[in-house]
Amino acid sequence: MRYYTYFPGCSSSEGGAKAYGWSTQAVSKVLDIELIELDDWNCCGSTPYSSIEELASFCLSARNLALAEKRGLDLVTPCSSCYVILNRTNSHLKEYPQLKAKVDEALAVGGLEYHGTVRVRHLLDVFVNDIGYDEIRAKVKINLGGLKVAPYYGCQMVRPRPSFDHPENPQSLDKLIASLGGEPVPFPLKSRCCGGSLIISEEALALELIRKIFDSALSNGAECLVTPCPLCQTNLDAYQSRVNHKFKANFNLPVLFFTQLMGVAFGLSDEDLGLKTCIVPAERVLAKYL
Amino acid sequence: MEKRTRADTFIEEISAIPGGEGIRLCIQCGTCTASCPNADRMDHTPSQLIAMARAGMKEEVLSSNAMWHCLSCYLCTVRCPRGIKQTDLMHALECLAVREGLSSGRTRTPAMYRSFNDFVYSLGSLPEFGFMTWFYMLTNPLRAFRMIPVALSLLRHGRLSIKARRLTPEGTNQLKAILDKAESLGGAS
Repeated sequence: MRYYTYFPGCSSSEGGAKAYGWSTQAVSKVLDIELIELDDWNCCGSTPYSSIEELASFCLSARNLALAEKRGLDLVTPCSSCYVILNRTNSHLKEYPQLKAKVDEALAVGGLEYHGTVRVRHLLDVFVNDIGYDEIRAKVKINLGGLKVAPYYGCQMVRPRPSFDHPENPQSLDKLIASLGGEPVPFPLKSRCCGGSLIISEEALALELIRKIFDSALSNGAECLVTPCPLCQTNLDAYQSRVNHKFKANFNLPVLFFTQLMGVAFGLSDEDLGLKTCIVPAERVLAKYL
Repeated sequence: MEKRTRADTFIEEISAIPGGEGIRLCIQCGTCTASCPNADRMDHTPSQLIAMARAGMKEEVLSSNAMWHCLSCYLCTVRCPRGIKQTDLMHALECLAVREGLSSGRTRTPAMYRSFNDFVYSLGSLPEFGFMTWFYMLTNPLRAFRMIPVALSLLRHGRLSIKARRLTPEGTNQLKAILDKAESLGGAS
């Protein structure tokens, strides 16, 4: 059994990506991973905080990191935004001493201190590097043979810091899909932006970015997409009808969390994986594996 | 005595924010602009914005819509041959624009960020439904109306929680105390 401190993030705990949280836990159990949720964690602040209140945004992350440091385990999150924000705080606190002094002062008011020792990791990194493709392949009960999947990495899991995969042409998700028996299709826009939170304030521009992603996936024969990011999933799934409406298009592409696809291959039940929370129904393409 | 120009002062302000210091390194190669998925929506491209800032055009830069169209996709950051943290630089300009009361009225993004932050400050977590409803009502109630089908489909699929996740009362107070202290310390610069 491997142990990690778990940071679900708002979306995957009680937000719109609950199914990501459920499937993360269910798949981790199969892989002998225990994810212990960080007590009383707070929102990472995401892009909105770091855009307009920089010091407060570092303090939001630093509180989480200080709480996690007491446990001494790697801090694992399934959310790409939490991942980039927590890592940004870690690296900025090391690089900018005057920033660290201010963050320390603010943390002290809450009786906390942070020494910079927590390693923040994405769930996908833990699966493919700590567990490995071979062990994942060994747990497959239902081979996903024939299923053509577009691996949609999005931005913030692979950029900006050098991490476990290439910043522009990542491969980990491709290899993961292959180890489940599925076929990762070539996907040039695999790490391009879905519009992020600008889907709320500038919908038109985000819908155009999403349309390009669908075009790229579909023209390469994908039957569905998988993603390691709650915001990407929501934008591509919940706004697919808006894309169709705006561009008079006919996209009908299910968008799954990579943990849901793993769960299907591991033979887990629909209740564990929350497949019914997909707005574009996934049953159509997954029927022969369920 | 060395004469300090308007441009020097503005560059110093930007450089004082973590990530902003890269503005001194730019060679105007345009890689950031060529990489940006949103450059064509900006009134000034990312590299133009840097050139303008270095020319001391503070008001024009801070009232631009460019940084509010940044998606934080970090493509520019990983491609910059000078190692400038471009995305952080955009955030630095956003922070300065807010501080100077110049954040662009031509985009709703500053208001969206503000609504997001207000919820996180008071609750310690983000209730997506409450935040989006609040933002639409604040900026464009008509759009809230148009978004009803999307909201309903999320609701039907069990993805719309009305109730927010709450921290313990001690956690909420601790977080507020930390954020209030951060506020009293001014910005990160």
